Amino acid sequence: MLRLPAFRFLQPKTLGEAAAMLAGEPEARLVAGGTDLWPNLKRRHQKAQTVVSLMRLPELRGLHVNGGLRLGATALLADIETDTQVRARWPSLATAIASISSPPLRNMGTIGGNVCVDTRCTYYNQTEDWRRSIGYCLKAEGSTCWVATSSPTCLAHTASDSAPMLCALGAQARLVAPDGEREIPLEQLYQDDGIQYLAKRSDEILTDLLVPGEADAAHCRSAFWKLRRRGTIDFAVLSAAVALWTDPSGEVTRARIYLGAVGSQPVAATDAAQFLIGKPLTAETLAEAARLARKPAYPMDNTDFQAQWRGTMVVQYTEAALREAAGLPVERLAPRHLPVVAG
Amino acid sequence: MAEPIRKITPEEDPAPEREPRLIGKPFRRVDGRAKVTGATRFADDLSFPRMCWVRLVRSTVPHAVIRSIDLGEAEKVPGVLGFLTGKDFPIPFGILPVSQDEHALCPDKVRFVGDPVVAVAATTEDAAYEAAWKVKVDYEPLPTIGSVQEALDTPEPRIHDYGDEGNLHKVVSMTFGAVEEGFAAADEIFEDTIWYEGNTHLPMEQHSAVAVPEDDDRVTLWSSSQTPHYVHRALTKVLGLPASRIRVVACSNGGGFGGKSDPFNHEIVVAKMALKLGRPVKITLTREEVFLCHRGRHPVLMSVKTGIKRESDGRVSITAQRLQTALDGGAYGSYGVASTYYTGALQTVTYKMPAYEFQGVRAFTNKPPCGPKRGHGTPQPRFAFEVHLDKIAAKTGLNPADLRLGMLAEPDTVTANWLRVGTMGLGKCIEAVVAGSGFRERWGKLPPGRGLGLACGSYLCGAGLPIYWNHMPQSGVMIKLDRSGGVAVFCGQAEIGQGSDSVLAAIVAEILGVSLSDIRLCVADTDLTPVDLGSYSSRVTLMMGNAAVQAAERAREQIAQAVGQQLEIPSGRLVFADGRVFDATDPDTGLSFQDAVIATEARFGTLATTGSYIPPRSPGKYRGAGVGPSPAYSYSAAVIEVEVDPATGLWNPLHVWIAHDIGKSINPVLVMGQVEGGVYMGLGEVMMEESAFRRLPRHLSNALVHKFPSMLEYKSPSFADMPPVTTYLIEDPDPQGPFGAKEVGQGPLLPVMPAVANAIYDAVGVRIDQSPIHPHMVLKALQAKAKGDEARFGPKAFPEVDFGETLLVPTPAQGGDGKAINDFKDKLRSGMRSASGTMMSREEALRNKKVSVLTTELKGAR
Repeated sequence: MLRLPAFRFLQPKTLGEAAAMLAGEPEARLVAGGTDLWPNLKRRHQKAQTVVSLMRLPELRGLHVNGGLRLGATALLADIETDTQVRARWPSLATAIASISSPPLRNMGTIGGNVCVDTRCTYYNQTEDWRRSIGYCLKAEGSTCWVATSSPTCLAHTASDSAPMLCALGAQARLVAPDGEREIPLEQLYQDDGIQYLAKRSDEILTDLLVPGEADAAHCRSAFWKLRRRGTIDFAVLSAAVALWTDPSGEVTRARIYLGAVGSQPVAATDAAQFLIGKPLTAETLAEAARLARKPAYPMDNTDFQAQWRGTMVVQYTEAALREAAGLPVERLAPRHLPVVAG
Repeated sequence: MAEPIRKITPEEDPAPEREPRLIGKPFRRVDGRAKVTGATRFADDLSFPRMCWVRLVRSTVPHAVIRSIDLGEAEKVPGVLGFLTGKDFPIPFGILPVSQDEHALCPDKVRFVGDPVVAVAATTEDAAYEAAWKVKVDYEPLPTIGSVQEALDTPEPRIHDYGDEGNLHKVVSMTFGAVEEGFAAADEIFEDTIWYEGNTHLPMEQHSAVAVPEDDDRVTLWSSSQTPHYVHRALTKVLGLPASRIRVVACSNGGGFGGKSDPFNHEIVVAKMALKLGRPVKITLTREEVFLCHRGRHPVLMSVKTGIKRESDGRVSITAQRLQTALDGGAYGSYGVASTYYTGALQTVTYKMPAYEFQGVRAFTNKPPCGPKRGHGTPQPRFAFEVHLDKIAAKTGLNPADLRLGMLAEPDTVTANWLRVGTMGLGKCIEAVVAGSGFRERWGKLPPGRGLGLACGSYLCGAGLPIYWNHMPQSGVMIKLDRSGGVAVFCGQAEIGQGSDSVLAAIVAEILGVSLSDIRLCVADTDLTPVDLGSYSSRVTLMMGNAAVQAAERAREQIAQAVGQQLEIPSGRLVFADGRVFDATDPDTGLSFQDAVIATEARFGTLATTGSYIPPRSPGKYRGAGVGPSPAYSYSAAVIEVEVDPATGLWNPLHVWIAHDIGKSINPVLVMGQVEGGVYMGLGEVMMEESAFRRLPRHLSNALVHKFPSMLEYKSPSFADMPPVTTYLIEDPDPQGPFGAKEVGQGPLLPVMPAVANAIYDAVGVRIDQSPIHPHMVLKALQAKAKGDEARFGPKAFPEVDFGETLLVPTPAQGGDGKAINDFKDKLRSGMRSASGTMMSREEALRNKKVSVLTTELKGAR
């Protein structure tokens, strides 16, 4: 079987200790649940001399609800998706998280790990033998992006299900470094590069995710739709996360739409969101907004399903998510693509 | 030669009739508890003192000459014990006598990414991996072939130096009866071009093998293999040791599905390495390597042409059919010659077909070798045929069920291609699923986006001939009894999860009237068990079962004789049941089974009986007639309901109704498990599974790789994707089967894929003439339909292939004798057309031996 390579494994007990370890060893990798890193190390497409575990840091644990929702970076996905307050107030977030992989992996995987999960590509998520057979690729040890050989940048796609939904809900991320901490809108944690997809310094640790109270079900209509081959296990090949705020007359005052798996970062469908401002949530306005969501999405031939068809599905899935958020019936197949929230 | 099975008639049956205690009733499988608790020892669970590990260095290029191998850096890795290369394996092997084209390690050239080149042994698995990574192989690249069309266009350079021509491994053309006349007499002709993508077995257990050397150049190999006997033969050949010094034991397989029925490189390598190092050697393949070993479903492009006649009673009958198949074989022969014939052989056993022509071609390509997967070569043409029939039904206005019921092949007949059909339960299968699903009331009448599809299938109950020509039994069972009262049963069959151990134990327990817990099995051990050819071609229940019946009945007769004498009652009155042997007329008079055996051992001495089985001879005598005959055929029919979203093309199976003509269930729970497993695997094939390959832009790279050799990205359905299944078992005991049993391991997969394609047509009115059916195909076809174009997604044309002169075989109805009338021997000139199939006549076996020798010499010379 594939074997883990040897590496130094560090288990800091405080955030300060962890930050100091990272500062002393910039190449070190962080690990929480390990559901992404361990298999990647086995296939050798990620390498590590030193791995720093975040699982013993008390500061990063837990799930706290008061006005808003604060998720410690090492809060377990299974704990979040089954939390009654999360499910009542941020149901689309519970849906998105419940759609991640499979129950055993959600029992190990953390929200911080999912937000920071490595970008994916079928030329990259392969064993070292396989990658040697294609002469490697831009993302790891090679010089050509085989997805589009003229591309100067890596086109691996974002694989997080929680990220587009958290972005749509307007979540903030808190990053701690030895020299201080900062809080940024989550979308600013990402950048459009399959390799350097996180706009984060190597000595910064993601500690918390903060979902505002104004994004809860009492104030905001939201929905998450995920396209994948099977009813479980699979990463998204497309996801649509929408959050809509309306005034008493029913007109949209604020809209946030993020797409997953169709770029190297969660893609903001800003034209679509902008179009909805000041409009009522009718079938027609939602259909037009969905049409506008197509343009910023770049589905590539680097995951499951035909890329061109996935492009068409951007419109279908965005429309479905918008309609669900607006409370309109969705006349579409639900099974396989919409996870069943356990309960 | 073994005696034929003595069929015991009621008049001469020494044992009075009694209700079966086990057969036909659900019982817990004998290996169930061990499987559930983890007690079963699979090959990878084995460990021996001083055991070391082997890792294979596999080719990273698709087609190349090996220039040099540098072991310098690898040798320095601490723990490395030794290496093997192609030089250590001059003798080729292969499952079929006609395709001895594999070497344990490539001697001179590599033919696909994954072809093994060097074996490294080390004291730990980690060290073996590290050293393997440091082996440097220098390759001189050769042009690559990625499809049948490319093989047709590129005769040179050849991937192999044998085969019918260029890069075509096998070209077959056979005509049974008056095909052109049949087309001329037809009221209507239907033609379709249909594509079936390749896919793989995906067993949960990766292949694993452990070899342990013993004194005097002996070696034992434990392996996850479906065919220990054939592995034994390959080892004997390649290692150059007498067969008596090699022992092969097949461990319980964690799934096989055909993927563990070839002798494999890694098995031969660990045996050789164990002999070389004088210590136990183990290898367990990674999941990626399992994808590279492959031997999975051939991708097949098909062209089917059928003439039909509308009868005065409203029925439609087939006047003639021509089927052409083009198989992408991958880099080695494997079972490919048989697979090629199988794409044509079983088209005739379901519906009456007075004239039939089959033309097939298998190409070598620079991809992992294809071989037998559940249904071996028949699911592809069955998909084509059943989709084709659905179109015929639509055009003629007949309900698809009525169309099929009106043209069923008849029981106890011989088909146009000389297959003998015995019991034939397809009509009952169709009626069962039609009634269960409400097909007559609901088909064509469901709301838009909902549809029902019907399809059928048939499969062998064991290939009529063994893989190598011989007169010996295809299955042997030995029973040893002694004063303990325990019954030890020995048979070479391999338990691969299908439940063959339970079938063997139940048959013996039933006949001797003991409980399953009194049976001790010893199976799949070439030193200790009588030969059984292995778990392939759905042969085990029928062949092993018949051998077990014979061995058990012989034991029963002996015991009855001894007990009858001791109790002074006629042995014919003795009943064997409930752990006793007693008088049918006075049940209180009798002995416990143990005392009965003691009496018998005292009377006759040490007790052992044997049973063996050879299938009946097939009436077909033409070249290629060896593929297709079977003692019996199973039949299946399925109705599947789907929902299709016209806006996206996404579709889901909602319910499967499937009926299987099992003859007689030995254990209905196991039978239903196999039916549901077949449905699951079939749904996987039509929903998502595909062995897809990537070629990088040719001006930048010569790479040709498996697209996603992992269980995450090679999509196979999960529990969440599996619809409910309603299973109907149709029982009509077949005289050829033990207790009337027929096969169930493979047949129920066959109707699933076409039933889905037909259901999608019923739901949204478009034809998807290929499998798997991806949503973009449905959407494309719907868009074409909306524009007024052909409402279809599928291949456009069958490639131009010169199939050569066809073999003309008159049918039984024409008064034929089973032979061809134009079998020219000169077609065999210079090995260009070695026309034999897997299974061959004696003359062919001799000829093929020459072909094999020739291949070896060519390889040695280069």
